[in-house]
Amino acid sequence: MTSPIGLPVLSPAEVQRYSRHLILPQVERPGQQRLKAARVLVIGAGGLGSPVALYLAAAGIGTLGLVDFDVVDVSNLQRQLLHGTSDVGRLKLDSARDRLHDVNPHVHVETYPTRLTSANALEIIGDYDIVVDGTDNFATRYLTNDACVLLGKPNVYGSIFRFEGQASVFSTVGGPCYRCLFPEPPPPGMVPSCAEGGVLGVLPGMIGTIQAAESLKLALGTGTTLAGRLLLVDALTMEFRTVKLQKDPACPACGTRVITELIDYDEFCGSADVAMIDGSDEVREITPTELASLLLDGADVDLIDVREPREWEFAHLAGARLIPLGTLGDALPTLDRSRLIVVMCRSGQRSASAVLQLQAAGFARVKNLAGGILRWSDDVDPTVPKY
Amino acid sequence: MSIAVVVPNALTPYTRGAGTLRVDAPCATVADALSAVAARWPALTDRVLTEQGELRRHVNVFVGDESIRFLDGLDTPVLDGATIMIVPAVSGG
Repeated sequence: MTSPIGLPVLSPAEVQRYSRHLILPQVERPGQQRLKAARVLVIGAGGLGSPVALYLAAAGIGTLGLVDFDVVDVSNLQRQLLHGTSDVGRLKLDSARDRLHDVNPHVHVETYPTRLTSANALEIIGDYDIVVDGTDNFATRYLTNDACVLLGKPNVYGSIFRFEGQASVFSTVGGPCYRCLFPEPPPPGMVPSCAEGGVLGVLPGMIGTIQAAESLKLALGTGTTLAGRLLLVDALTMEFRTVKLQKDPACPACGTRVITELIDYDEFCGSADVAMIDGSDEVREITPTELASLLLDGADVDLIDVREPREWEFAHLAGARLIPLGTLGDALPTLDRSRLIVVMCRSGQRSASAVLQLQAAGFARVKNLAGGILRWSDDVDPTVPKY
Repeated sequence: MSIAVVVPNALTPYTRGAGTLRVDAPCATVADALSAVAARWPALTDRVLTEQGELRRHVNVFVGDESIRFLDGLDTPVLDGATIMIVPAVSGG
């Protein structure tokens, strides 16, 4: 059922629910109807996605899409308020749907329990008016950006690390995109993730609610969004700074538009940079089970852990020694080229970069622990805590 | 002369935790200010500039609220009392 101006009408129950919106001159009944008509896609149902989805559902966004392939882990609960203790082990999207229906049964929740990829991004994003980037990795951020630019959808951006957050609105008409701000991703290992560096639990709440506010303004067509500005939040000093962003005429996505289709973003964010370290980009791997049986047989293995000291304090393998990735170059003289070296990190990504670095330095017997300490905990020794 | 250089959380491991660096040496440009910082914190500037001395593509430097990418790059002038902010890409969510 629609009203004369083509917007969905509000039921008496909805009018009652949204009364604090309806008395706002910037919203009123037509604005609330616009929110009901809006379709917002939230990519990632984690730290940022939780407050975004909760507030957008409460505000009465008519259709809320959620993309996430992960399951709830107990280490998520410090900040991901969509999920509770009883949800540990469930698909995040199952937990999210239950919670959002309880917050507001009038909202239609569509779930995509899959990884956003170059193969499905245009189809999924194409069905929505507004996209919220709540992802936790560079590959999906560039993918989200390029898909939004190609489809002409606004991309409500948020990103966090430790005590700091960034927020903006990209890919609006005439506005800059994510690539205008960050033309290329950092080389692997140069910028730690939250899993590696930590994050204050409330920080995604602060940044996510800003993303939710920007999404509502876009849906309402009111106010001034962060398009063309980058908000920088430091929770430690509680300083909020805004800097100017510009559309880059040389941007391959929104400037020259040489990007006409989605690319391989894992390669763009990973192996392309790794290949520069060394001509050969083959990383030989060993699985945790294989390593465990080698060690059980008494094999002489030099176990090198390339994580940061705080991660090491939290969990490490017996017999391993710590050489943080940034100090590996200096530590080369302490390594014996004749011994088998197995390099490890949390998930196997930083250690892959370390293996390439060692191979480039002429080490022949080097292997990467596949899946890192996380998989060691899953497959070999569950007493090693995961984080 | 006094210039503040604001260091992001991702890079404070290279400044012994300091979030704001004070540069008192005379400097005319962003490059001068970063050179002064490099004298004390070389590992920090390694993460801002490439080995060729260019701004890394995942890092932005702002003088006040303007990105040097859209001014004169590292040759962008700085005045006494300016704030230089280093803003790298972070991926957490």
